[in-house]
Amino acid sequence: MSDAPSTPRSFQEIILRLQSYWAAQGCAVLQPYDMEVGAGTFHPATTLRSLGTKPWAAAYVQPSRRPTDGRYGENPNRLQHYYQYQVIIKPSPPDLQALYLGSLQAIGIDLGLHDIRFVEDDWESPTLGAWGLGWEVWCDGMEVSQFTYFQQVGGHDCKPVSGELTYGLERLAMYVMGIDHVMDMPFNDPASPIPLKYGDIFRQSEEEYSRHNFDGADTEMLFRHFEAAEKECARLLAFEPEDPKSGKRIIMAHPAYDQTIKASHLFNLLDARGVISVTERQAYIGRVRALAKQCADAFRQTEAGADQ
Amino acid sequence: MPDLLIELFSEEIPARMQARAREDLRRLVTDGLVEAGLTYASAGAFSTPRRLVLSVEGLTGESRPVREERKGPSVSAPAQAVEGFLRSTGLTPEQLERRADKKGETFYAVVEKPGRQASEIVAEVLEAVIRTFPWPKSMRWGSGTLRWVRPLQSIVCLLSDETGAHVVPLTVDGIVAGNVTEGHRFMGNGRFVVNGFDDYAVKLKRAKVVLDSAEREAAIWQGAQNLAFASGMEVVADPGLLAEVAGLVEWPVPLMGRIGEAFLSLPPEVLQTSMKEHQKFFSVRNPKTGRIEGFVTVANIEAADGGEVILKGNQKVLAARLSDAKFFWENDLRVAKAGMGEWVEGLKSVTFQAKLGSQAERIERIAALAREIAPLVGADADDTERAARIAKLDLRSAMVGEFPELQGVMGRYYALEAGEKASIADAARDHWRPKGESDSVPTEPVSVAVALADKIDTLAGFWAIDEKPTGSKDPYALRRAALGVIRLVLGNGVRSSLVVLFDGHLNRVLAEAAERHAAEARKHGGDYASATGTALTESDGRMVSTNAVDLLSFFHDRLKVYLKDQGIRHDIIDACLAMPGNDDLTLLVKRAEALAAVMKTEDGANLIQGYKRAANILSQAEAKDGVEYSFGADPKFAETDEERALFAALDQAEAAIAPAMAQEDFGTAMAAMAALRAPIDAFFTTVQVNSDNAIVRRNRLNLLHRIRAICSGVADLTRIEG
Repeated sequence: MSDAPSTPRSFQEIILRLQSYWAAQGCAVLQPYDMEVGAGTFHPATTLRSLGTKPWAAAYVQPSRRPTDGRYGENPNRLQHYYQYQVIIKPSPPDLQALYLGSLQAIGIDLGLHDIRFVEDDWESPTLGAWGLGWEVWCDGMEVSQFTYFQQVGGHDCKPVSGELTYGLERLAMYVMGIDHVMDMPFNDPASPIPLKYGDIFRQSEEEYSRHNFDGADTEMLFRHFEAAEKECARLLAFEPEDPKSGKRIIMAHPAYDQTIKASHLFNLLDARGVISVTERQAYIGRVRALAKQCADAFRQTEAGADQ
Repeated sequence: MPDLLIELFSEEIPARMQARAREDLRRLVTDGLVEAGLTYASAGAFSTPRRLVLSVEGLTGESRPVREERKGPSVSAPAQAVEGFLRSTGLTPEQLERRADKKGETFYAVVEKPGRQASEIVAEVLEAVIRTFPWPKSMRWGSGTLRWVRPLQSIVCLLSDETGAHVVPLTVDGIVAGNVTEGHRFMGNGRFVVNGFDDYAVKLKRAKVVLDSAEREAAIWQGAQNLAFASGMEVVADPGLLAEVAGLVEWPVPLMGRIGEAFLSLPPEVLQTSMKEHQKFFSVRNPKTGRIEGFVTVANIEAADGGEVILKGNQKVLAARLSDAKFFWENDLRVAKAGMGEWVEGLKSVTFQAKLGSQAERIERIAALAREIAPLVGADADDTERAARIAKLDLRSAMVGEFPELQGVMGRYYALEAGEKASIADAARDHWRPKGESDSVPTEPVSVAVALADKIDTLAGFWAIDEKPTGSKDPYALRRAALGVIRLVLGNGVRSSLVVLFDGHLNRVLAEAAERHAAEARKHGGDYASATGTALTESDGRMVSTNAVDLLSFFHDRLKVYLKDQGIRHDIIDACLAMPGNDDLTLLVKRAEALAAVMKTEDGANLIQGYKRAANILSQAEAKDGVEYSFGADPKFAETDEERALFAALDQAEAAIAPAMAQEDFGTAMAAMAALRAPIDAFFTTVQVNSDNAIVRRNRLNLLHRIRAICSGVADLTRIEG
């Protein structure tokens, strides 16, 4: 396949190519959600919009946080803050696999030279009450994406089904550009007047957050905030739909869902701090799932989430 | 005679589901065709990651016409009855036939079902099979309602005969069956028309798809061996991995690479597990060093550069994986060399089960029990206790955290590094065994003792907190644990009273749980009421907790299943279970085997009849007379030769049985009993037990009592059926 584009020169070039590729496929290119999330799936553009019958197509970069994965910037592949590229299309188009392979070509992967495989991987998010079937996609033995057909989100059957693609951007970019340590990866073009590597931008913050996640964060406060988010979520959903001020029917599904996102991240931090026991862990996951489910229920009552 | 070709083309089917799926497709479709009145000569099913294929040869072109006749009510029957008959047959009154018989006229329904075209039947059957296919997990996609393992993209359904190939008209959820398919995702050259199975297979191969998984497996294995052989190496056989890899590729291209020098010092199990689990690589061994030094990966594409980029990529991924493994190994070795204290501490904070405390507490219990068991299996008590304390420490190691299937294997390495004796280190590896039905049982005494203690602790623990298996629910795999104990005991000829072990250990578990509860209550400043007493039951003359007896009966149930698999009838087992000492499984099985063996002889089977007759007459008389006829029979009251012969035979049998029983030589004892069969039969044929002479009658009943006493040493023969 000689018409494959050239190898990208920087991390951001890969992101830009994905953005234009998926824009050309008709996706709304959204921006990251402005809250701390564990994965691109948490963005309401995926979680909430995969509910109901309204067609949807979106693509976006989502900065994601996994507090327990902090390695003080030393591990070549592990970061507590990293980027996912997320594509969500409802209903899943019949040629989604081909579209996905096109995106790999767009970022410089020659399909005639590489071994691309779809290997069974059933996806489940216990905190979102969501699951789907699909694959992890391998390129020469390396997992470069997750490919999932959503079956259920927030306890609701997905009808129609959304197709979700998640690219682990750093890992994919490192592979495409042949970089061994994430911190050595060019973030902008190496020929720029001010060339910046991934490490120039993130090494220090990885150190700071690693210390914060494992030792610094005030667990007493985190527990308190978790409770508060949990309460606020329920309180917001308890309002009467009729808003007296505007006279409109307004269900506060998104604001309530923000509290779910918060609770989920607070739980992840508490987990990293090692203060949640194995048995308690399940209970906390169950509490977040209950919130996600209530938000999904509420969203289904709104215009964007209803069946048409 | 047309041939049928079906291809269900989809997105990638999980490798582990393909074998079952192609077999289900073959069975469901052919069953459906036969059910509908067609016959066929042969059928073969195939699968690749993207397709399930069925080829049926020599199908009949149409089903035979069927004529069904049903007799209905009499013509003079009430209207209701006639209406009912019409409803059930779906006919109108005009369509019913009237036939005269002896009682008058009767309605008959005659339904002629004409033969149906094969294409009509195939369409019907295939649609039903697709809609109800038994995938272990299925999904919806897009806006459709159809469920398939992954999105179903196209269907080929062709009947071909001498007139050509005809597409079977069929539409499933918007997918219209046709005669077009496609080859390899990257190497195929677009879609193409097929006109029958042979054409299909040839064109597929041209489009870089090997249809038959057996052919792919053979190609992979041959290719891998050739690559290894060329560099003086050998591939480590792994049939499970071979089948899986064959399900991941349509066009297998094996590529061999070398493991980096830095990783060659890792234990071979680590290299193999990491390569297999994460990367689906075959391990390649260097016969000169005996080490795993290379790997074979199987690509799905003939790359333009001969696979150089692919191999380099795989090598890089492997290096990252093995760097992790090496990091774990080196960290673990540091802890091991320091005596594994860090892991001992760590297990204190790992909950085994909320009500059963931490792993550390559990290990303490196992150590105490293992020490008790040690003398029963000829193990050194101190070594055994030590082994129990270190056996599970690898659960805290980084390596086992990453690869749970290496637990035990790593424990042994680490124990050796920590300077433990070989027998203790081996116990770390072997106390988990037997891991399944096909796994053998350990025989080294220390390993046996710890393995028994580990499993009995699990069982006693869950019995103590009343989490017993129910029906199909056995979340803690307690049935497997009990079977493990049974196999360990029998395999090593262990002699012990299980109920005593159970009872002691249940008390240990309960006492600890009470202590934990009390400590918890004290911590929260509350009062703690001590646990109520344990219910006791008599078992074999001992008072033990009811729970211990319940656990024993769970064991007996498992034992029955186990022995039944070995071909020993359930009533034979029941007869032996009725004997004292039935919690000594080795003794119990010795009895059962002896009884089963003698039951296979004619004398043995007939002895049971004679014995039962004696026992029946005796118990009736004892019940009627209110006495026990155990006074000893006297040969001087014997009236017939048969009676006297029985006396002599009993003397002889007794003389043989007593020493045999003392030696637990149940085989000899049973043989001596079987020898009684002829004299007992002769006695019953010629002698009337209930004689008018009271003295003679009493003497004969006492004689029967002697038969019963002599023959009840090995098993309770009254429980034998038939």
